[in-house]
Amino acid sequence: MGQLVQYVQSYLKSNQTPGAAGNIFWMLVYIMLVFVGLSVAVIAMNWLERKILAHMQVRLGPMRVGPHGLLQPIADALKLLLKEDIMPTEADSAIFWCAPFIVVLAAFTVFVVVPFGPTHAITDMNIGILFMLGVSSLSVLGIVMAGWASNSHYPLIGALRSSAQMVSYEVAMGLAVVSAVLMTSLNASGTGTLSMIGIVEAQQAQGEWFIFKFFPLGLIAFFIFAVAMVAETNRAPFDLAEAESELTAGFHTEYSGFRWSLFFLAEYSAMIAVSSIAVTLWLGGWLRPFPHWLGGATWDQIFSFVPGVTFLFLSAITFFNVVRMPKHPYFRIQTIGLAGFGAVLGFIGLALFVPGVRVRIQDIFWFTAKVAGFMYLYIWYRGTFPRYRFDQLMKMGWKVLLPMGLGVLLLTACVGLFQQNLWHR
Amino acid sequence: MLHITTLHYLVLGAALFLLGVIGVLTRRNVVIVLMSIELILNAVNLNLVAFSRMWGGLHGQVFAIFIITDAAAEAAVGLGILIAFFRNKETINIDEVNLLKW
Amino acid sequence: MLIGGILVITRKNPVHSALALIVTLLAQASIYLMLYAPFVAGVQIILYAGGIMVLFLFVIMLVSIDRSMRERQFNSQWVAGIIAATALGGLFIAVYTKGTNIFPDHALPVVENDNTQKIATLLYGQYMFAFEIASLLLLVAIIGAVVMAKKKI
Repeated sequence: MGQLVQYVQSYLKSNQTPGAAGNIFWMLVYIMLVFVGLSVAVIAMNWLERKILAHMQVRLGPMRVGPHGLLQPIADALKLLLKEDIMPTEADSAIFWCAPFIVVLAAFTVFVVVPFGPTHAITDMNIGILFMLGVSSLSVLGIVMAGWASNSHYPLIGALRSSAQMVSYEVAMGLAVVSAVLMTSLNASGTGTLSMIGIVEAQQAQGEWFIFKFFPLGLIAFFIFAVAMVAETNRAPFDLAEAESELTAGFHTEYSGFRWSLFFLAEYSAMIAVSSIAVTLWLGGWLRPFPHWLGGATWDQIFSFVPGVTFLFLSAITFFNVVRMPKHPYFRIQTIGLAGFGAVLGFIGLALFVPGVRVRIQDIFWFTAKVAGFMYLYIWYRGTFPRYRFDQLMKMGWKVLLPMGLGVLLLTACVGLFQQNLWHR
Repeated sequence: MLHITTLHYLVLGAALFLLGVIGVLTRRNVVIVLMSIELILNAVNLNLVAFSRMWGGLHGQVFAIFIITDAAAEAAVGLGILIAFFRNKETINIDEVNLLKW
Repeated sequence: MLIGGILVITRKNPVHSALALIVTLLAQASIYLMLYAPFVAGVQIILYAGGIMVLFLFVIMLVSIDRSMRERQFNSQWVAGIIAATALGGLFIAVYTKGTNIFPDHALPVVENDNTQKIATLLYGQYMFAFEIASLLLLVAIIGAVVMAKKKI
């Protein structure tokens, strides 16, 4: 037992990611943590999307299943698992089986390099951002296979349109990413890095997030990436390939039950993955806001209280809603459930005030908060924008975003070179 | 545990090259012939990178990147020709690509 | 990787062949990682498995008709093909058995972390001309593919 404590302590003192340190046990622990966290995040996204969309459309959303519909995702998951697994007769069975598997694999493998903190990543590959771009382009293959294997018109057209859209916007994404990576090389030694942790550390060393660098170039690059990432994940307003009124659910029409839930899981994971790329590259990863204007030890201390305060605030909202529940005996169980949920949130908030936990959780909290902001933006886009027609979509990808990306890259390179020459005269 | 030397990589590259050559020479479907050409190019890349590892310089890897780029261009053009041909003749049997025959 | 290669050349359904090729390419990327070439592995995944194979799958869907799948799949020249392959294989075996001593074992060097930077230095320094020519080649290929696949010029 003492040896176990010693082992845990030796890990907590290390300053490398488990992958770099070659420590297989901790790598497996991290992989399990990321996997569980991602599943919880997808479930939460399901609930949040329905509730937030509903509130944007001035209605209430799911309210029946649990208190305020909190158990709705579990009901959805149960329904999907218990549904009959239909496979069309003429479909190519080997490919029909493989396609959702490939999409899920591509969406989940990306999280190997996502940095939740300076040492909180599963591993820190030297080519981190290249790996993420490459693996997320493998999901296009899964979609094409899914459309082809269903052997019917709607999925095939939906799959071809969807994959053409994804491939087009990958180019714009790549250009925006390159211009951000270019900004990492503006340091004394003149070498940049492709590793995700290195990019955030470059932002820390240069003292500003890349979104504000060389204003407005960082902002335009971020904007290009933000648009391209929404198109890449086939979300509104670029969801022509899977919209219900257009193509009867596009490439996953013929999938039912568990296989459809795999596509759905992969879509949300891909959303979280590209949002974490955007957060790492432009919004400073795990760095707290205003690292330099409000710098110094006291401000660090104050900002480290924010995670606990956030959770306490959330639990306060929950308790407020508990009080507002109808006082009917039918609602007793729901009221108790909601109060329990609020108590759990409050407990987490209090636990985050403990000094040791506070310091380590802080990085993960800021990263997750920024990604959560992006998720809210995704849902906001879905509730607000009308859908793009397919030719308008392709026109925008190739004729608008690509030249803008090239221009931003050229200008960033010129301004960066100018700045370097000013320093090392 | 077998110590993996450069020779092992070269033999793997040679085997892949042989598979690609057999594919090019014996299949009738044009798309599969093009895919076998990609196999051949990959075998060559493997050889290059293995040798670059052996000699320590990175020239082999740079050349491999150029070959990957080149393979992309060639696949695009080849498939374009295939589509143009298919539009006229409605078949992808490589035995029937005989427009120059009497 | 070899199993993937064998599946590529032997499957009747071209979509199965394409999938086997994807498996082969991904295995190739992992072999590049074993050879301490992470940048080439990343480029391979992005370009080959994520780009070229999508192109192949698109074209297979456009031109693949069921009639072609029911025909005989092997060429009428398969005898010549097997003979050529055997000759080539014999040549390879001769080279490798005679020359086992000329390939020195590589000593395991320190894993460098700046593979990408070194490749970039080479690419933009010594091979700059080839880089520009490659971009011109890609431009020509794009224009050629678009012109060839259009319905009317």
